[in-house]
Amino acid sequence: MNFDFSDDQKLLKETASNFLKEHAPLALCRAVLESDDSYSAELWKKAAQLGWQATAIPEEYGGYGFGQLELAVIAEEVGYALAPIPFASSVCFATDAIVLAGSDEQKKRLLPKLASGDSIATFALTESPGQNGGEKSKTKLDGDSITGTKLPVLDGDVADVVVVLADCGAGPTLALVELDASGVERTKLECIDPSRSVARLDFTNTPAEALGKPGEGGRLAETLLDRAAVLMAFEQVGAATRALEITKQYTMERYAFGRPIASFQSLKHRMADRYCDIEIARSNSYYGAWALENNDRELAVSACLARVAASEAFDQMGVDMIQLHGGVGFTWEFDCHLFYRRSKLLSSALGSTASWKRKLIRRVSGQEAA
Amino acid sequence: MDFNDTPEEAAFRSDCRAWLEANAKPKSDHSSAGDGMGAHLDTDAVEASKAWQKKKADAGWACLRWPKEYGGRGATSIQNVIWGQEQAKFDTPADVFGITHGMCGPTVMTHGTDEQKEKWIPGMLTGENVWCQLFSEPAAGSDLAGLRSTAVRDGDDWIINGQKIWTTGAQWADWGILVVRSDPNAPKHKGLTYFVVDMHAAGIEVRPIHQINGGREFNEVFFSDVRIPDANRLDEIGNGWMVSLTTLMNERASIGAGGGASAISELIDLAKRIEIDGKPAIEQSAVQERLADFLVKARGLRYTGLRTLTALSQGKTPGPEASLGKLVGAVLGQDMAAFGMELQGMCGGVNDPGLGIDGSTWQSRYLGFPGLRIAGGTDEVLRNIISERVLGLPPEIRVDKNVPFKDIPSGN
Repeated sequence: MNFDFSDDQKLLKETASNFLKEHAPLALCRAVLESDDSYSAELWKKAAQLGWQATAIPEEYGGYGFGQLELAVIAEEVGYALAPIPFASSVCFATDAIVLAGSDEQKKRLLPKLASGDSIATFALTESPGQNGGEKSKTKLDGDSITGTKLPVLDGDVADVVVVLADCGAGPTLALVELDASGVERTKLECIDPSRSVARLDFTNTPAEALGKPGEGGRLAETLLDRAAVLMAFEQVGAATRALEITKQYTMERYAFGRPIASFQSLKHRMADRYCDIEIARSNSYYGAWALENNDRELAVSACLARVAASEAFDQMGVDMIQLHGGVGFTWEFDCHLFYRRSKLLSSALGSTASWKRKLIRRVSGQEAA
Repeated sequence: MDFNDTPEEAAFRSDCRAWLEANAKPKSDHSSAGDGMGAHLDTDAVEASKAWQKKKADAGWACLRWPKEYGGRGATSIQNVIWGQEQAKFDTPADVFGITHGMCGPTVMTHGTDEQKEKWIPGMLTGENVWCQLFSEPAAGSDLAGLRSTAVRDGDDWIINGQKIWTTGAQWADWGILVVRSDPNAPKHKGLTYFVVDMHAAGIEVRPIHQINGGREFNEVFFSDVRIPDANRLDEIGNGWMVSLTTLMNERASIGAGGGASAISELIDLAKRIEIDGKPAIEQSAVQERLADFLVKARGLRYTGLRTLTALSQGKTPGPEASLGKLVGAVLGQDMAAFGMELQGMCGGVNDPGLGIDGSTWQSRYLGFPGLRIAGGTDEVLRNIISERVLGLPPEIRVDKNVPFKDIPSGN
């Protein structure tokens, strides 16, 4: 029995933590949020120097050939720092898609640039409000061109390559589209969390190529969502942990009625409950990471468990962070809203929490292939 | 990360299984997760539990972690868990020794003299003696250190007067661990002393309490001029609070390991069998979302347990974070019981083991779990422990802390 990360993985986590402490204070997240930038290009470059984007890319394509557990420990630190970089979209979803399903030629062409951080990739599954990623796509892949609209696309305004769920006639298919091609219109949308970005992508006879087998894109997209959900759960756990630490600190320093407000049970008990949520989410995420690394049949269920627990833990921590700060929590100057915004961006980015709950029970009860 | 046994662990597991197979019957598939407050016990059940304990002790499978010199096996924490996992697969008698082994034994071993350990530990291990825990009082539950039963020194003895309550199994116990006030002039936490009391001594009266789940495992215990020799005192005079903390941490760890999480698969199974609006409840999205909430918590608790085990196997000691399992698990058990009844529609209120669905197990749990949310530290006390001892938040403002106990207001 060893339900823990290895010493090497812990060392990697500590290195990531120290790096982000130095290069990604919350002021960086705020700076991106207050600017027109969609992410911190500087932090993305520095992260590439540490090799983060190359972590799970095989060595023959310019990566380090590590596994998903290494990505998990980095994701937790990215979350803890609220790092304003397209880590989840580019590294955890789209890069993984190409590694898992790409042809050798596609890997040779795309992965080295992703490994070096010179290129950003993302994913585009949904097309309209209410969708969670598994719906039938109206976007058509016709041979080597694609036409349709994708909404929303995380980091879609800055990505170079996008993995698109489309219909090719033979059923759902994943397609690769390079966004400097003709017939691409990108529209940056207002985002609940402006330290990150979302866009709408319109394709009109845009050059595209299939990723994986035509007709198997639905199942592949499900697997990719499961895999990304586990890594994003670590990001959410990291961010929720930081939000609880900041809230603890503030409520211990803030006095009312002659005592620190953290000494009132109404506040203490709420923080104790958030601690329990976060630990339950952390444990479920560990299990997801184990399933991910071992490519186990448990992945389909464990991804739902991690996703639901982590989304709810971070969402509720975001809500309580403002409430426990009182009035100042509602001000632009305090950092509470950075967490509040990020929590909702992440809990919607891979599909709503309720959709993952339904998926979880369909999978454990055998109503849906797991 | 690796869930598999090491070769040594696998060998140990197969030793456990071999002995169990030779000495017990496998559990049937229909064994229920219980109502949260343990099985209802009677004299026959106590005798069966003692006989099973003796059988294990004779073969070297009792209290595995305890030192060999007292009859234990000197096993590691992981080995102890492996034994527990294997024993749980067999149909063994309801256990009357939970408190004896989970709380009394560890406390005596931590704070007792060599002589005391030699006197009491072997009897716990062989199943000869059942122990009980005499802590709570009518006016001292969550505020345990506010207890009022007294110990007055009389030569080589102490004379005990007062009342204890919520004492599980006192009617079957041979010995009890007892914390009482030896100095009313000292502040509340400083004036307590911890004893081991012979439950057959003159002046002790045990009255079972009729609980809302129908059981009578809890008792009131009255002390009228009960004599305890000073040789039965654990640790120093006035150090009873520190000794009590040892007992309480062991209590929460052992309750936390049970909790309500195990009923989740039964609940999912129930949702498959119940029809709502002409289709199985399990296919309704509202049902799926509620079940998911329970499953996420139940699995989260299980994996938190695995993290704790990993810490144990790395030689670390689990601390106050063990309170999480009891807090989350008890609420979860009660919520799942309520939902199990909700799924039954108008039959939710039928508590007839002959007619009710699943032997009315959901109704029994609904009546049992309020007990688990209070016993061994209420939800509210556990939240204080987590916020103060895990998160480091400021302690409660104490108006009674540095005041002589006799001057503390007591209301009515």
